[in-house]
Amino acid sequence: MTIIDTSIPPLRPATKTAELKPSLLLSDHHHLCAGCGEPVAIRLILEVIQELGLTQNNVCILGHGCYGSFILQMDVDSTLCLHGRGPAVATGMKRMRPEVAIWTLQGDGDMTSEGLAEIMHAAARGENVTCFMLNNGVFGDTGGQMTASSVIGQRTKNTIEGRDATYHGHPIKLAEILARMDGTAYVARGSVHNAASINATRKLIRRAFERPMQGHGLALMEILTMCPTGWFIPPGEGAEYMMETFGKVYGLGEMRDVAAAPADEAAAR
Amino acid sequence: MTEMKLMDGSEAIVEAAILAGLRFYAGYPMAPATELLEHMAAKLPKHGGVCINADTEIEAVNMALGASQVGARAATGSCGQGIALKQEAIAEAALNETPLVVFNMARGQQDYFQATRGGGWGDYRTITYAPKDLHEAVELTHVAFHVADKYRVPVIFMGDNLLARTQMGTSLPIPDLEPLPAKDWALDGKMGGTGASRWIWTFGGGKANRPGVGPDGYWRQTAEKFERIAQAEMRHEEGFCDGAETVIVAFGTGGKFVEHVVRELRAEGHSIGFFRPITLWPFPAPALEAATRNARNIFVFELNAGQMIDDVRLAVEGRNRIKAIGGPSFDDSGLNLGPMMDAAVIRERILAALAGTPLRELPYTGMGAYL
Repeated sequence: MTIIDTSIPPLRPATKTAELKPSLLLSDHHHLCAGCGEPVAIRLILEVIQELGLTQNNVCILGHGCYGSFILQMDVDSTLCLHGRGPAVATGMKRMRPEVAIWTLQGDGDMTSEGLAEIMHAAARGENVTCFMLNNGVFGDTGGQMTASSVIGQRTKNTIEGRDATYHGHPIKLAEILARMDGTAYVARGSVHNAASINATRKLIRRAFERPMQGHGLALMEILTMCPTGWFIPPGEGAEYMMETFGKVYGLGEMRDVAAAPADEAAAR
Repeated sequence: MTEMKLMDGSEAIVEAAILAGLRFYAGYPMAPATELLEHMAAKLPKHGGVCINADTEIEAVNMALGASQVGARAATGSCGQGIALKQEAIAEAALNETPLVVFNMARGQQDYFQATRGGGWGDYRTITYAPKDLHEAVELTHVAFHVADKYRVPVIFMGDNLLARTQMGTSLPIPDLEPLPAKDWALDGKMGGTGASRWIWTFGGGKANRPGVGPDGYWRQTAEKFERIAQAEMRHEEGFCDGAETVIVAFGTGGKFVEHVVRELRAEGHSIGFFRPITLWPFPAPALEAATRNARNIFVFELNAGQMIDDVRLAVEGRNRIKAIGGPSFDDSGLNLGPMMDAAVIRERILAALAGTPLRELPYTGMGAYL
């Protein structure tokens, strides 16, 4: 694994230009770092919103993290709420506008560290909202510190020798917990480390929007996203590093879908 | 005008709030605000509304923010102890322009600083209404929701145990308030993909195709807005201040008790008046300054160690002799206005202050309720 030499300034600014953009993006530029997985995940979400015909029927609640800057980029009615409180804000919105697709965009720090109470109780209540957790195991926006989802052995700015279970505790596998709660309709974990995983995740995101809109309860859609800056590795090595570390702890795929069987039966009829 | 009905303050406030258009409430039980939550839970669904039994005060206030941001009239409530937990979200509402009504059915009168100074971050103020009794509470409930929408700000409604739990016969008149514009800022989800999507956040960022004024411009505009509110929304009540040698200043329930004692002392020939801020912020400083221009003494009666007295001092800029004649005072439950909220005690303290003799120390009420 290469370690970036941070004693010299970067040779070029860490921006990236996309050639094609979904219509719900107002700009084809973002200001996140090279190799970041979050813009890929957000792009997927926006494409699915369009595919499902929810373009003019959705509200996004952004938490606090690098992805929060996408409030500027997304052509979606949006609010950037207090750190961790997205599922509570979403609850108030959905109860007053049940016909609208309400979704939160959060990170692992926002959801699993600061906002654990809000996501757990929203899930228990079975709120018909979609909650996205972009999981990279660090507080990326503040420069790469440990979150509740950092994996054992992970080097962060405040676990510089690696996360030690006996000293820093164990990571919370939130999706696995929510998958066992009665109020959740759909729980899945996707990833954006390669083209195949991006395509698979797109299908999961689709169901994560559909199930709450069908009234089955809350959907938690976790997406593993690369954060080479917060992992202190070169941008090109993010995907490999992620699957060797996070990928071994956080398994991909659907963990709960309360509507899967009846839907299949309906299709068979 | 609706018919008279016997209700406690909590029920009357809930009825008034629903008449004012409240459709979303989220709360967490805590005396003496618990009955507010219970009445909301019972009544709101019958009017097409929702009351959520939130699992923390923090969750409750953020739910109310969400409901308000999509266009509904929304509120939360607790006593000062629970509202301490809501401070971050109250500041957020002030800075991201979300209308919100926060009911504080306070324990005692110790939350004056919390309401008027707040505990969140940033340059913001919270309009605070402190009714003297149930009838005024019904009117101010309507006003609170109206003003919250008019300026897109959080408004604090400051009651207490006596207001929340005392039954009175009351009707539920609806005050005549100016019509307000439609909430075209609300996030109804319909503007996605149009290039004119809406945003609500504390940073004034706008959107990539329509950049906002940025934090500096946004926070300066916010400060200007609160200055406009300060000038426009002051409310107070006063009596016998013209030419009075002594003016007693008190708020909320205390204002009603003081009014009673002042009327007695007036009848006995004392040159005395009363002044009651109805808005704790904006504090009606110009009115107090005018009412006390010729007064020798200003006595401040509040059941705390001295909070509103700071605003009184600022209002008259040290011109008059100002003396605190209140103090912390609770009953043995810790929830209720204490033995100092008593006309005879207030009378004794005014007379002692006039004579320049020390104020009598009241004995501690102790732990009787728990023993």
